[in-house]
Amino acid sequence: MGMLERIAGSRRAGPEGNGHLPVDAGLITDTAAYAGERPTAWQAVQTARNIGRPHALDVISRVFDRFQELHGDRGFRDDPAIVAGIAELGGRPVVVVGQQKGASTEENIERNFGMPYPEGYRKAIRCYRLAEKFHLPLVTLVDTPGAYPGPEAEERGQAEAIASSIQVMSRLATPIVVVVLGEGGSGGALALGVGDVVLALENAIYSVISPEGSAAILWRSAAEAERAAQAMKLAGPDLLETGVVDALIKEPAGGAHTDHDATAAAIKTALVAQLERLVRVPVADLLSLRYERFRSFGTVVEPRAGEVAAPPRPWWRRVLGR
Amino acid sequence: MRLRNPFGRKPKEFPSHLWTQCPNCGEMLFNKQLARNQSVCTNCGHHFKLGAKERLELLADARSFTETDADMVSSDPLGFVDSKTYPDRIAAAQAKTGHKDAVLTGTATISDIPVVLAVMDFEFMGGSMGSVVGEKLTRAAERALADRAPLVIVAASGGARMQEGTIALMQLAKTVAAVTRLDEAGVPFVSVLTDPTTGGVLASFASLGDIVLAEPGALIGFSGARVTSETIGEKLPKGFQRAEFLLDHGFVDQVVPRAQLKERIAFFLGAFRVAGQDLRWSL
Repeated sequence: MGMLERIAGSRRAGPEGNGHLPVDAGLITDTAAYAGERPTAWQAVQTARNIGRPHALDVISRVFDRFQELHGDRGFRDDPAIVAGIAELGGRPVVVVGQQKGASTEENIERNFGMPYPEGYRKAIRCYRLAEKFHLPLVTLVDTPGAYPGPEAEERGQAEAIASSIQVMSRLATPIVVVVLGEGGSGGALALGVGDVVLALENAIYSVISPEGSAAILWRSAAEAERAAQAMKLAGPDLLETGVVDALIKEPAGGAHTDHDATAAAIKTALVAQLERLVRVPVADLLSLRYERFRSFGTVVEPRAGEVAAPPRPWWRRVLGR
Repeated sequence: MRLRNPFGRKPKEFPSHLWTQCPNCGEMLFNKQLARNQSVCTNCGHHFKLGAKERLELLADARSFTETDADMVSSDPLGFVDSKTYPDRIAAAQAKTGHKDAVLTGTATISDIPVVLAVMDFEFMGGSMGSVVGEKLTRAAERALADRAPLVIVAASGGARMQEGTIALMQLAKTVAAVTRLDEAGVPFVSVLTDPTTGGVLASFASLGDIVLAEPGALIGFSGARVTSETIGEKLPKGFQRAEFLLDHGFVDQVVPRAQLKERIAFFLGAFRVAGQDLRWSL
């Protein structure tokens, strides 16, 4: 959790504490917890896509109280693949935005398999601004195979909508906690994924492209998806190692689909603990820490870093040999 | 029965090192003439892809470009191997293009206006954005902010670099956050979309310019045309995801022919001159 700890501290627990939950309550912050029994990447992909997995509304109904959904982007239409609204978490209001998949084929068709259109992201942006305006913390729930790639989406500016969503989140003056519930599919997921703290369920995945897409491009065969999944390091423990997520939320044995209530309870504990901590941090610090969090991604090598190139000698010095 | 001369071949009418066929109109173009015409077809105006070096020559004033972070190279964070290892792919791309990665950044002047300029090269692994591109662009934006100099980014990219996995995806957030700081500080950012600009690059900084310009006929879109046509199960209409399509739908400000690009950028930069300089309204 890095820099936030320096400001807000990491542990407030214990009998001598002030009654708040420890921030790492129920969280896995170290891959050492997985000694030997790490699920394979392909297992994680299958679990993350399990149709019985708790989706955004399942989580919202169990974690939050009095959820009131808000509809529409005020420009075009209401996108059912993104649900947004205002709810109470432990008696205090928050704004919740999530990508919604269906639990059956019919529901999936209605929800477009959790693939938002640009208007979905614009609805999300509208709700982010609402959170900022009324000083409510923002909780986002990421669960999408990716943004919808159809021609209508292109016409209405899918890329611009995603870019704007990332932009608004990156400087939203309110605490943001992101929870990756299932599939974090590329830019379509990142549009809801810029937060002060990014958590993921244990079996969630987060990737730059779907394993099938990657296999089709790099191996020229979608059948190599399993190998691609392995190579892309998209499973929970890998994400923890690369720092893409700050902590994993423990799922019940057998996966989140086996027990929605227990999963939701774990998410709630984590959310309450994180928000308790984040709301104490001055907003200006939150924003610069959020910038630093995303600024630090990437590993580059600079053989001559810091060296200042000597200014070119003027021609008359070269002629004189000095 | 055809008789063939076993000695020597009939000279080709259009040897490939001298001539290029225009993919749009089929005209055979003499390479030197094509280069003199800024890689634009003299017959139909088709814009060929331009490498980073040629792009710099086109936009920056002569000898004004000073490259920064020239020696930055990528490491292999995931140990990624497909049919080749990722370091092998990088080495091959470096040998092919002569660049260390898919973007050149630095300071330059455009019609005597000092700018921070970043130019992407599609030839380098499809112009894909990984750690190095993300870091260089972020530094370019931070430099622009520190110097209060306008930022000009010429995008040419297939999207995020798959070989760096989720780290490459995070470059979207990183670059967006960096150009957003310019936005807050009132430093101009001009984004130029060239053929092709797709995926994660379009879904991040490239869409967020104060001014977004595109070159005629450039392929610009979020998802690859193949994915889209598979999604709807039919062929896509002609001109789909082209620069003019985006202009029609309101996502680029202008489609500017290559010959006018420099003066057009200079015009906007002149109008947006950072506060404290002349010609500003006293608001």
